[in-house]
Amino acid sequence: MSPGSNDPTSLRERETLAAKKPNLRLRAGLLQAIRHFFTERNYLEVETPYLIPAPAPELHIDAIPAGGGFLHTSPELCMKRLLAAGYPKIFQICKCFRQGERGSRHLPEFTLLEWYRAETDYLGLMEECEEMVVFVLEELGLPPRLEFQGRTLDLQRPWHRFTVQEAFDRYASTSLERAMESGRFDEILAFEIEPSIGFPKPVFLYHYPSALAALARLGKEAPNWAERFELYGAGVELANAFSELTDPVEQRTRFEKELAKRDEQGKPVYPMPEKFLRTLPFMPESAGIAFGVDRLVMLLSNQKEIDPVVSFTPEEL
Amino acid sequence: MYNASNLRKGLKILIDKEPYVVVDFQFTKPGKGQALYRCKLRNMINGITLDRTYRSVDTFEPADLEQRRMQYLYNQEGHFYFMDLQSYDQSALSAEQVGDAKNYLIDNLEVDILLFDGRPIGLTLPNFVDLLVTRADPWAKGDSVAGDSKPVTLETGYTLRVPPFIEEGIKITVDTRTGEYVTRVK
Repeated sequence: MSPGSNDPTSLRERETLAAKKPNLRLRAGLLQAIRHFFTERNYLEVETPYLIPAPAPELHIDAIPAGGGFLHTSPELCMKRLLAAGYPKIFQICKCFRQGERGSRHLPEFTLLEWYRAETDYLGLMEECEEMVVFVLEELGLPPRLEFQGRTLDLQRPWHRFTVQEAFDRYASTSLERAMESGRFDEILAFEIEPSIGFPKPVFLYHYPSALAALARLGKEAPNWAERFELYGAGVELANAFSELTDPVEQRTRFEKELAKRDEQGKPVYPMPEKFLRTLPFMPESAGIAFGVDRLVMLLSNQKEIDPVVSFTPEEL
Repeated sequence: MYNASNLRKGLKILIDKEPYVVVDFQFTKPGKGQALYRCKLRNMINGITLDRTYRSVDTFEPADLEQRRMQYLYNQEGHFYFMDLQSYDQSALSAEQVGDAKNYLIDNLEVDILLFDGRPIGLTLPNFVDLLVTRADPWAKGDSVAGDSKPVTLETGYTLRVPPFIEEGIKITVDTRTGEYVTRVK
């Protein structure tokens, strides 16, 4: 017997990693299938720096300081600068980092698939989202109807769509308006709505209140709503997307508000991403989406938690 | 002072001047939304649990608890007695406060006793404890229902499943966090 072979900690690690093997194989296949989908559609795969001087100013997304700057919380700003410079169809699969996000479906370091496309809007991305998932299922040799935690997950197109307003009317104990006023929107979404949606088909939850627009464009006919959607599959948040805001003045105002709120809550205030704002006027009408790769692996491998779909969690290092 | 991002299983905080331990903890966060910390908390004195959801702006007072290394002595009339290894003072915990830890309490075992305002309220076991097998039936070969394990009883009265080669009089290591067999003590 080799030294340490009876060490219970090391034994547990080897057992855990052996049990993860089918999930890690599925992950590897999924990454290839995603690349295949986008390259076939003439998307250019890009890589943008992980280490950046100024993350997107958002109240609820905290960046990890590193090397005099920050690890990116998503590749959004750099990818949009590419978009503005004449790269109309780009995708990226990268690690993103968010301070303090650790739970059964969260890791502070996780894998995001982002893609941006000129001359389309959030509705166009809903279509492409469905096509992407159906494509990768076929590539992986998986059936369109899967079992997830004892329930059926039916990934055949078309998927369901309903507005945030409709979701509140149907599932929440309070109205959308009151939830916004009392600051309980996130809580009600997470605990009352999320667990009920995305079965058996995934659902696009769209038209977020304008206060929750982040970097999204507001509706042309209905400026109370942002042209933003979130995709849920089996109660799991999979993706966030929107028609991109291209107005630099409006974008700066929103960033300033977010930074002021961060300051109020005693959170670190990030530098204004000036270079991004300067290129924004050159950005075409476009839409972009951030899709959680780990979460998709969870769904496809019938895992209700994120830990079994990554080789090592931060606690295991 | 703690904030919500410090919340995790095992954290001890004060609520209405009483110590609570986080026994279950779920972090969740809509991608662009605020972090939500759903906690099940147990009152460390009376054992009553409550559910709370906290947000990132919430703050907490840490429960001022002291931990002292003590040796287990004996149990009598529903109380378990321990001796402080520095002061030689004795402390007692009720069976309720000891809970499943009684499965691992053998004479002279060193544990950490938790004190709140000087009163003993709980204990922390070492992760691994070696215990003597006092009863083991021979393994019924071909018993496919039982699989590759059989039940044995340990010196504390605790029963668990072990591999078939474990016999009476053997010492085994048990993981006190899971209650499972780890290895045979050489």
